[in-house]
Amino acid sequence: MADVHIKSVTKSFGEHVAVDTLDLHVADGEFVVLLGPTGAGKTTTLRLIAGLERPDAGSIHIGGRDATMLSPAERDTAFVFQQYSLYPHLSVYDNLAFPLRSPARRLSEDAVRRRVEDVAKMVRIHHKLSSRSTKLSGGEMQRVAIGRALVRKPSIYLMDEPLSSLDAKLRADLRLELKRIQAEVGATMLYVTHDQIEAMTMADRIGILADGVLAQIGTPRTIYSEPANLHVAARLGQPAINLLPTGLLPDGDMPAGTKTIGARTEHLSIGKASNGPADGVVNWVEHLGDQNHLHVTVGSRKLVTLTDPDIQLEKGDRVTIRYRAPLFFDQAGNRIANR
Amino acid sequence: MSLTSAHSVVAPSAISKRVAGTIIVLYALISIVPLLWIFATSFKTPPDSIAYPPKILFQPSLEGYCNLFSTRTRQTPEYINSLGPATGVCDETVRKRNMVIAGPSNFMPRFINSLIIAFGSTFCAVFLGTLSAYGFSRFKVPLADDLLFFILSTRMMPPIAVAIPIYLMYRELGLSDTALGMILLYTAVNVSLAVWLLKGFIDEIPREYEEAAMIDGYTRLQAFWRTVLPQATTGIAATAIFCLIFAWNEYAFAALLTSGTAQTAPPFIPTIIGEGGQDWPAVAAGTTIFLVPILVFTILLRKQLLRGITFGAVRK
Repeated sequence: MADVHIKSVTKSFGEHVAVDTLDLHVADGEFVVLLGPTGAGKTTTLRLIAGLERPDAGSIHIGGRDATMLSPAERDTAFVFQQYSLYPHLSVYDNLAFPLRSPARRLSEDAVRRRVEDVAKMVRIHHKLSSRSTKLSGGEMQRVAIGRALVRKPSIYLMDEPLSSLDAKLRADLRLELKRIQAEVGATMLYVTHDQIEAMTMADRIGILADGVLAQIGTPRTIYSEPANLHVAARLGQPAINLLPTGLLPDGDMPAGTKTIGARTEHLSIGKASNGPADGVVNWVEHLGDQNHLHVTVGSRKLVTLTDPDIQLEKGDRVTIRYRAPLFFDQAGNRIANR
Repeated sequence: MSLTSAHSVVAPSAISKRVAGTIIVLYALISIVPLLWIFATSFKTPPDSIAYPPKILFQPSLEGYCNLFSTRTRQTPEYINSLGPATGVCDETVRKRNMVIAGPSNFMPRFINSLIIAFGSTFCAVFLGTLSAYGFSRFKVPLADDLLFFILSTRMMPPIAVAIPIYLMYRELGLSDTALGMILLYTAVNVSLAVWLLKGFIDEIPREYEEAAMIDGYTRLQAFWRTVLPQATTGIAATAIFCLIFAWNEYAFAALLTSGTAQTAPPFIPTIIGEGGQDWPAVAAGTTIFLVPILVFTILLRKQLLRGITFGAVRK
């Protein structure tokens, strides 16, 4: 394992700037998740590190060595693709053995077999080793794909939305396994996703990418509770954060320069307005079982929050809403520390 | 909706199945009759082969095959009677016509020429085609579209239109009547087809396979060999059959550019002359034998051929 240091890397495809002067350091043994929407430059970042793309500017150091101009084979990274990663003409065993049989390595078939069997146990695919890779289910295929990255001991594991093509249940299972395996191996991992749950649950640090720029990087807790700007705030939280103009609700104690107030569920207290003045009207209630999604109209704005199913609120009810230590953002969209 | 329902949009009705079946059987019959006729003629005697009305039932004879493989000289009956007993079926057959076998005919060398030239040019066309198709598919080739169009444009005129320039060129270069010359020529004609067909197949193979292999420590060529090629076998087989059929059946250039040592079977077979006219059973025998390699090759690769023909019809 090794650390990876990306320094001011820029990559354009024609007119489109996919990655813009990106700086990122992944420490040895660290699990970093890059989170961002489609087209934010997440995959390009991984491909740049793997050597599948050459940066237009900047440098990439892997394990302290300048790897900017090295070929993919010389960089010793492992890549898990979103899909298509298994060779259909090979069995599961041969797929797992493929990286070990590369001319760059020259292991004995005995050593290959031991390593493949170890990894097959780790990703729990041991019983399917002789199957053809096309005969596997989606979850099994992705396990093999992850296993194929694990058979080597590369400097860094690069994972490009490895779970996104799976159904919700499998995704949750593999998420846990992946985190377990990463901890077991002590792997340096750079993981790309647009799924905030994956990011929150697995990452040591989350990097939020937007339009090829790293908007913020930090622990999941920091990113969630102290987002640098409106964009980062909007990436995390379910339902999404409500971004409201000042003056819509009683603002309370507000730092100077605030233009936008960001209110997540935990930043709002909602009560039924008995007879007194109300702030909004319940527009819709979505019953999710353990909780309710409450859609409320406040003036011309709509906001969405969670409520306990015990709280009896129905469509048409008038409610009072108060902020509880929300997030404040200035004109430019940057967060103002509220103290 | 049930698959057997009369109104199903997916399952054809019994009537349409029957109609389709009838049309296919009729078409198959029409296609196969000339082949059966040639096959039957190859086992007729020369008089039977030109009998009118044509003989459907006849006494089979190996005379056509004997004549195909041998050259014969006419002898007096006295001379033939003075010979010892006939040494084989063919010996016996030709003696009935007052002839003796003088030696082997040119058919076998011509047939072997055909094999060498057709398979050689097919190998070259598919080899070059696979590599250039891979290049066009995976790399940013400057002017790729123009180059591909240029490659395709070599097929836009009938090849025979350039017969005279090629004839003169080959004479100057000393390539006339050489196997190398014919292999080069058929390769040049087929490589455009090979590039276009194979580019389609290779485009369908996601590049993630090679990228994964390259990250795993393989060079690009090794990755191509280990991951792309095994998945392109269907396309390569289909392309090979198309190239082989062209090179095997080509007549015009072969007739023009080969006359002796490098002559292929197509221009040779019609020149088999018997006594007092064309020896039709021998011609038919030559044609029958000529069909065998392509038949075997096609049967061996028929699955790939079918997928090759329908390729692109179903997209993922």
